[in-house]
Amino acid sequence: MSDAATMNRGPVLGRRAFLKASAAAGGGLALAVTVPMGASAMASGGPAELNAFITINPDNTITIIGKNPEIGQGIKTMLPMLIAEELDADWDQVSIQQGDTDAAKYGPQLAGGSFATPMNWFPMRQTGAAGRQMLLAAAALRWGVDTSELTTEPSVVVHAASGRRATYGELAGEAATVPVPELAGVPLKDAADFRIIGTPIGGIDSPKIVRGEPIFGVDTQLPGMVYAAYERAPVFGSKLISADTEAAKAEPGVIDAFTVAGNGNPTELVDGVAVIASNWWLANKARAKLNVQWDNGDWTNHNSAKYDADARELMANATAAEVFNEKGDVDAAFANAAQVVDAEYHYPFLAHVPMEPMNCTALMHEDGTMEMWAPSQTPQGGQGAVAGYLGLTPDKVKVHITRMGGGFGRRLNNDYMVQVAAIAKQMPGTPVQLIWSREDDVRTDFYRPSGWHRLRAALDENGKLAGIQDHFVTWDIGGGAFNPAVMPANEFPAPYLDHVRYGMTKMPTAVPMGALRAPTSNAIAFTFQSFLDEVAHAAGKDLPTLMLEIVEGAEAEPDTMGFTGPTPGFNPQRLRNVTNKVMEMSGWGQPVAEGHALGYGYYFSHQGYFAEVVEVSLNERKQIQVHNVWAAGDVGSHIINPYGALNQVEGSIIDGLGQAMQLAVEIEGGAVKQSNFHNYRLPRMPMTPQIHVEWVKSDYSPTGLGEPALPPVIPALTNALFALTGTRIRDLPIDTSKFA
Amino acid sequence: MAVRVTINGEARDIDAPEDMPLLWALRQELGMTGTKFGCGIGMCGACTVHVDGQATRSCSLPIGSIGDREVSTIEALGETPVGQALQQAWLDEDVMQCGYCQAGQLMNATALLNSNPNPTEEEIENAMQGNICRCACYKRIHSAIAEVAKEGTANV
Repeated sequence: MSDAATMNRGPVLGRRAFLKASAAAGGGLALAVTVPMGASAMASGGPAELNAFITINPDNTITIIGKNPEIGQGIKTMLPMLIAEELDADWDQVSIQQGDTDAAKYGPQLAGGSFATPMNWFPMRQTGAAGRQMLLAAAALRWGVDTSELTTEPSVVVHAASGRRATYGELAGEAATVPVPELAGVPLKDAADFRIIGTPIGGIDSPKIVRGEPIFGVDTQLPGMVYAAYERAPVFGSKLISADTEAAKAEPGVIDAFTVAGNGNPTELVDGVAVIASNWWLANKARAKLNVQWDNGDWTNHNSAKYDADARELMANATAAEVFNEKGDVDAAFANAAQVVDAEYHYPFLAHVPMEPMNCTALMHEDGTMEMWAPSQTPQGGQGAVAGYLGLTPDKVKVHITRMGGGFGRRLNNDYMVQVAAIAKQMPGTPVQLIWSREDDVRTDFYRPSGWHRLRAALDENGKLAGIQDHFVTWDIGGGAFNPAVMPANEFPAPYLDHVRYGMTKMPTAVPMGALRAPTSNAIAFTFQSFLDEVAHAAGKDLPTLMLEIVEGAEAEPDTMGFTGPTPGFNPQRLRNVTNKVMEMSGWGQPVAEGHALGYGYYFSHQGYFAEVVEVSLNERKQIQVHNVWAAGDVGSHIINPYGALNQVEGSIIDGLGQAMQLAVEIEGGAVKQSNFHNYRLPRMPMTPQIHVEWVKSDYSPTGLGEPALPPVIPALTNALFALTGTRIRDLPIDTSKFA
Repeated sequence: MAVRVTINGEARDIDAPEDMPLLWALRQELGMTGTKFGCGIGMCGACTVHVDGQATRSCSLPIGSIGDREVSTIEALGETPVGQALQQAWLDEDVMQCGYCQAGQLMNATALLNSNPNPTEEEIENAMQGNICRCACYKRIHSAIAEVAKEGTANV
């Protein structure tokens, strides 16, 4: 298309670029770009909106929308970096604004699954590149030259031949009147020309955070706002019988108290009693007066000890298992084995406990529409859930996305959103902020499922791994979009062995479960990598050697259509590369300090490959001392923001060590026994090891880092402890009394 | 019956019961939301303020018990040389992930350096172990404190 044709088309006002999620072949979700897209110059000389994400101001400052929820993973900084890179913006002139929940305008808005990077690597860059093309077209029109003669420097269009220059701010008004190019075909930069991608950039909100400015969900303040606490049954699965709301209403500061009926979906709304006051502390205190009567049914019979006994009985009876992966002749392979390794593994329920307790603010407007300020990892899902509960269409529920004090998967569920909506609908015109106590949070979570595995490996006469069996005892947790209580049928090393049988048995429970950072992987990595370490020892070798043997000669699996679009298949070369790198980094195989030992763990999850080595010792009191952790990671061709990336890896490693060493949620009488940080003991500064991270670059598009560095550190630790003490850790959290 | 508390150098009258913890008076009676609620039992440090310069858990401090003592909060931290230096070091080290606990971390770190300008590594760990960072930015918090201890407040 010539520039003249561009000009003849004239201004296209009022339409916006947007990215639309659409069902793709294979049932996954892929991003499709909807075109044509228009732009709008608001008033002459005013801000010019080039598309839904980019507004350029006359003073040459640029506002970029960060569309995804920020939970500390750095996405509010990172996605705009991608736009700014291809826009060729001067980063110092960029400000970032959090986008509201708007699927039509922004596409998927989700903090979960480490999806944001693979899902947005192309679309966000294309969005920025489209903006740059419009600025080039505007300059070409102004100067009467061809766009091919133009280049850009940060926020400046340059015509080298004539020496003419114009800032983006000068061109923005004209740029907003040219047709928007098709995103799919817009040229992208060569990686060698990146100025922003790969540069360490601090968190965009960090200056506000160190000053204590109100940016988190719970900091939301609205005129006339009141505060709500919500009493629900301690025993999961219970129903409300009665509550003395009048007694609560007589307490100081209390404005109202009323019962709320659940909607039958524990991920949305369970029975409870709302107490509303002028100050949350007063509302929460008045809960003590409610004298709530619950119908607990049979659920009080549920407890962790019984679960464990039942699960171990089931594991002993392997024929009960529902087989979900069977290949080769397993029975023959085991009958003919020179050696069989047989072990039972277990890991507990875990809670998420983000530092900012669950909360949400809602205002039911007098016209019947709902407005919310929601710290949610899935605000579009929350919008839908609230709309469904209220009997509204989603467009009648406006959801502002707030920064969150952590997520870790807890805020993938939006129960607090539906709760506050149920409360606010009783008080039209009054903004209500619901806050949970820490006890509410610990005892009303969607827990990382506990699980049991009986694993058996057959070794042939050459010490080669010939076959594997797993009987996984897990939970029947019904429906839901994501089931965290399962394991993949192709769980490593199944694809590389001739004889495999994976089966599972499900137990009933009312304990709610959900995704915790690196869901399924955070448990399965411990189980399988610890067991493979047992197999390696039985075969007289170390685990890295066994891992490399298992994939020897194996090629990359074919691409599939995944949730984030076309997804590369598992590539054993990337496993080899991170394993070799971490062995080199950690001095694997060389002598270590007296009383110290190393352990290796590897895992592939969320499209990221991580191999990690832990150096451990025990102090005089037999307490675990982690001295060093080395991590080699392959998440593709670029580390978009090295600051955020490193922070995610360091945090994941300490998170994993904490889980392994001291975290468990136990069920007693159908309720959670733990209640706060005194008995759910998160890692603290003194247990922080030295952490050494190196990136192994590959030719693949970059993928996310919120999760994949966590799973391997747990078996790396337990394998190191075996090397140190000869005691195999088959249950989490680690019981240090076994080292006596 | 209002309770008078001096906060960041200003006398404030709070119309709330004397047993209300300072945290909830700050956040919801005075609209000062920089001080954070994390656990309510003094186990996480997110609510740390200074009372006469001492790091104090505001979730466990009834407003009626404060009397003439002076409270200072994260909102006024930048007015002190050590506080300002730490805020800058937090940015230089890119300490934060979610950032929710960082007001408490900064208040505690400031109290540490005010009482012990040159802490050893172990003294930093001991002084900071009451403050939980769920994102586990501990390496960076430690480095930022050590950096200010080494460089002092001169580069602010």
